[in-house]
Amino acid sequence: MAVVPATLARRAMQPAAALRGASLAYLGVMVVVPMLAMTWQAVEPGPRAFWAAVSEPYAWHALKLTFVTAFIMVLVGAVTGTATAWVLVRYEFPGRNLVNALIDLPFAVPTVVTGVMLVALYGPESVVGAIAGKAGWKVIYDQPGIILALLFVTYPFVIRSVQPVLLSLDRAEEEAAATLGAGPFTTFLRVTLPTLWPSILTGSALSFSRALGEYGSVVMVAGNQPLLTKTAPIYVFGEIESGNRHGALAVSAVLLASSLLILVVLNALQRRGEVRDAS
Amino acid sequence: MRADEGDGADAGASPTEPDRPTLARAVDLPLEGRDAPSSWGRRLLIGAVLLWFAALILIPGLALARQAFAGGARPLIAALAEPGVQRAFAMSLGITLVATLVNTVFGIAMALVLVRQRFFGRSLVDGVVDMPFAVSPIVAGLMLIVLYGPDSAIGGWLESRGFQVAYALPGMILATMFVTVPFVVRELVPILREMGEEYEQAAHTLGAGRWRTFRSVTLPSIRWGVAYGVTLTVARCLGEFGAVLVVSGNVIGRTQTATLYIAEGIESFHPEGAYAASLVLAASSFLLLVGMDLLRARLERTREVEP
Repeated sequence: MAVVPATLARRAMQPAAALRGASLAYLGVMVVVPMLAMTWQAVEPGPRAFWAAVSEPYAWHALKLTFVTAFIMVLVGAVTGTATAWVLVRYEFPGRNLVNALIDLPFAVPTVVTGVMLVALYGPESVVGAIAGKAGWKVIYDQPGIILALLFVTYPFVIRSVQPVLLSLDRAEEEAAATLGAGPFTTFLRVTLPTLWPSILTGSALSFSRALGEYGSVVMVAGNQPLLTKTAPIYVFGEIESGNRHGALAVSAVLLASSLLILVVLNALQRRGEVRDAS
Repeated sequence: MRADEGDGADAGASPTEPDRPTLARAVDLPLEGRDAPSSWGRRLLIGAVLLWFAALILIPGLALARQAFAGGARPLIAALAEPGVQRAFAMSLGITLVATLVNTVFGIAMALVLVRQRFFGRSLVDGVVDMPFAVSPIVAGLMLIVLYGPDSAIGGWLESRGFQVAYALPGMILATMFVTVPFVVRELVPILREMGEEYEQAAHTLGAGRWRTFRSVTLPSIRWGVAYGVTLTVARCLGEFGAVLVVSGNVIGRTQTATLYIAEGIESFHPEGAYAASLVLAASSFLLLVGMDLLRARLERTREVEP
């Protein structure tokens, strides 16, 4: 076969010209056009109208609630996720493989079903909910319920991001620290944690981005009480239903921009090699 | 904090994994040297982690099963036999089938293009593929209403020709397709990259056409990756709620999927059907998860065999 490698390479590229056109067209029609259309309609009435729609008290409260609950979830999730990854990688205990296999369950369970599950266990009519109610705690149909739902749906992110790093970690440094007299906690804080930081950050950023948009589980668990449990996605849905198109679009644009910003920053950090790729 | 991140960068960048490490290998990790001083602390930590897992994931699932079986198995079966439930599940399955088929074909094509081609704007396209992950389902639904709603240019034109997208089945399929665009692509890109082009070029040299090369060289090497991506897509399609809710108009019996049926059942205070349907969906997601786990083991094995 007298084929020059260059020609061969070009021939190997050829098929994909049509393939590229088709897949880019699909991506454009499915993803890019809807996003641009929505963004355009959101900003078209001008910055003043946009600001008015976002700063309207109900919209503002919804956005604030979304960001605050997502932030609290991230703080809890970073600690529990790192601890879970640590325990799963480092320790042997009965049921370890089962737990490890079930970590991804929240990715597979529909968000509505998540909500139904959490209400079944922690709702006011359940045993746990009744005990908590007597102690004066309200979880379901209140703000703690939102955080609980967010913790459920984002449960795998930090764990799955930290686990591979922990696995490939060279233990020599930890052993050196231990030999030099550092206790286990000091060793973790000074030697292990700095290595894990980027992966914890990656998992947390993905969790936060996911939490900003979460709807199904939150609406089932917390309802849509204005100024109490109405998060931004619930607000957007309410405004669509009641015909306030621009109010819905403006808040949507804020959510979209925040999520994209998180992903872009994360991507840039990954390019620079500071944060490892979670996927 | 900045200093910490700097340290982390150096150390974090070096142990990049050539392939996804399995937990089986983790068992071989030496555990000695940290036993005596921390043994009670360790037990406490394991206990806390397991308790958190149980309280957040495991026991809510069991609580759902208890609710669904509250009146025994017979009412559960009766609730599932209702025509409303069956229509809702049929609709979910139909939407899942279409969206999964389309996005699998697209996913394979897009991954091939992203890995095997150099073109202007490639990294931008790579980012665009991930965008549905960053979009709230409700916002995704709103996007489709903006574009295809009755008062939009495209939607108006289509409607004048008797074709309704928003508040009808086509819109629900579009919404499901939108949220599941990235799954297959994301699964295949690293596999294709790792595989390299040598085998495909060898096939070319031996005179195989493009389609033949794809069918007998590329596809067999990526099939477990495709299967994994398809499983993720199916799980997400079956469970999609927000996006479908916005574009469906939720006409009971006509545009109601399984998840919409559940939400409606809970809100209208006749939750028996909702609990039963939830249990079925939870069980299917559990099965999908088991499938994913088996596929992952399979993927690891293929990677270890192939250089």
